[in-house]
Amino acid sequence: MSGGGFFEVPSDLQNTWWGLVGWQLQLTLVPVLCGLVIALPIALLCRRFGWIYPPVLGVATVFYAIPSLAFFVFLIDWFSESDLTVEIPLTVYTLVVLVPAIVDGMRSVSADTRAAAEAMGFGTLRRYFQVELPIAVPAVFAGLRVATVSSVSLVSVGMLIGNEGALGNLLSDALNYHRPQLAWDAVISIAVIGVLLDALLVLARRLLTPWARKATAK
Amino acid sequence: MNIFGYAQQFFDAPGQWSGADGIPTRLLEHVQYSALALLIALVIALPVGLVTGHTGRSGNALAVLATAARALPSFGLLVLLTILMGLGLTPVMVPLVALAVPPILVTTYEAMRGVDPSLVDAARGIGLPWWRVLGQVELPVALPLILSGIRSGAIQIVSTATIAAYVSFGGLGRYIVDGLSQVNYAKVVGGAVLVAALALATLGFFWLLGRVLVSPGVRRSR
Repeated sequence: MSGGGFFEVPSDLQNTWWGLVGWQLQLTLVPVLCGLVIALPIALLCRRFGWIYPPVLGVATVFYAIPSLAFFVFLIDWFSESDLTVEIPLTVYTLVVLVPAIVDGMRSVSADTRAAAEAMGFGTLRRYFQVELPIAVPAVFAGLRVATVSSVSLVSVGMLIGNEGALGNLLSDALNYHRPQLAWDAVISIAVIGVLLDALLVLARRLLTPWARKATAK
Repeated sequence: MNIFGYAQQFFDAPGQWSGADGIPTRLLEHVQYSALALLIALVIALPVGLVTGHTGRSGNALAVLATAARALPSFGLLVLLTILMGLGLTPVMVPLVALAVPPILVTTYEAMRGVDPSLVDAARGIGLPWWRVLGQVELPVALPLILSGIRSGAIQIVSTATIAAYVSFGGLGRYIVDGLSQVNYAKVVGGAVLVAALALATLGFFWLLGRVLVSPGVRRSR
């Protein structure tokens, strides 16, 4: 029972290493994508009606402060110990990081650019979608990177609520059977997934903002 | 029963407010460990952030370090170190400190970089030595942002100290972890309420600290 390769998962987890990785990716990416989809309209509303931004920011700060374990626990009552119980808090954390990132990114658009858009006959909505949002892309991706990488790490806390932690489930076996190798396995796998997702986001940002590269090349 | 019922059941239970597993003891443990971790993180991160921000060097290295530290799964690290080193303070402190150093370091650096250069020039122009430029001009102006970095570090510590209950660490997380294994949902919810309250209290503490420490002139210009 001792020993075993890096990719060998104890049978009580009823999963393979690749299965755990897939699960980890699902528990990370579903919240980040949902968070992005929900954050966009909220950010646009904050941009349109500037007065709601400070209270939204306040609520966001409060939500972000709630520890993940407490957040998970509050949701057990409604969603039992399921994927949703982990995904909902991570969605909220993503939201909290992304809304300010998008709003501040859109606000950073220079007055000249905004005036130029107006002079070209752009309405408010068209200016948001075709001018401010593209220029905010680097800021949005900075937020996405923070949200994604911290979600990857937070998923493992799900282990505490009925083994809902994907690769984090290796940690309980590591402690119960006193097998440090399983803990190494979890830590290394999770860290590598985090770094890889981060690199993918950097790549995506470069592809989405070709003008930034041209500007630095000059 | 809903979570409010469970919470009430927990707080009304006899003996809840005294003894080794009482709320005051657990709260004190949580605050002590969190404060110690934050202190260590401050001692490491603050001087480095101030000096690198003042000189404007090694910003890229700091950004890489911050990403790497964020990718490090603190819960995994906690379990791993506990298995390797046995129960004790070090396996808990290392992940907590590692968690708080990057936000403090990076925001301090950014805050110092963001200080209006004309202010620094003016301070140098009237002949202030570098330590007074740093301490009397750059630091007060950068303080609101620096405090926000320390605040996010502190929140992360409080949050992760909760999880540390899994490796037989005291603090408020005990209620959640013990409650889950005893299938005592009242205890679980009660613990979660306390932890969330402590996190919000931390938030409030830093808001107050900002009111007291940040110079009124700097606050108004923001």
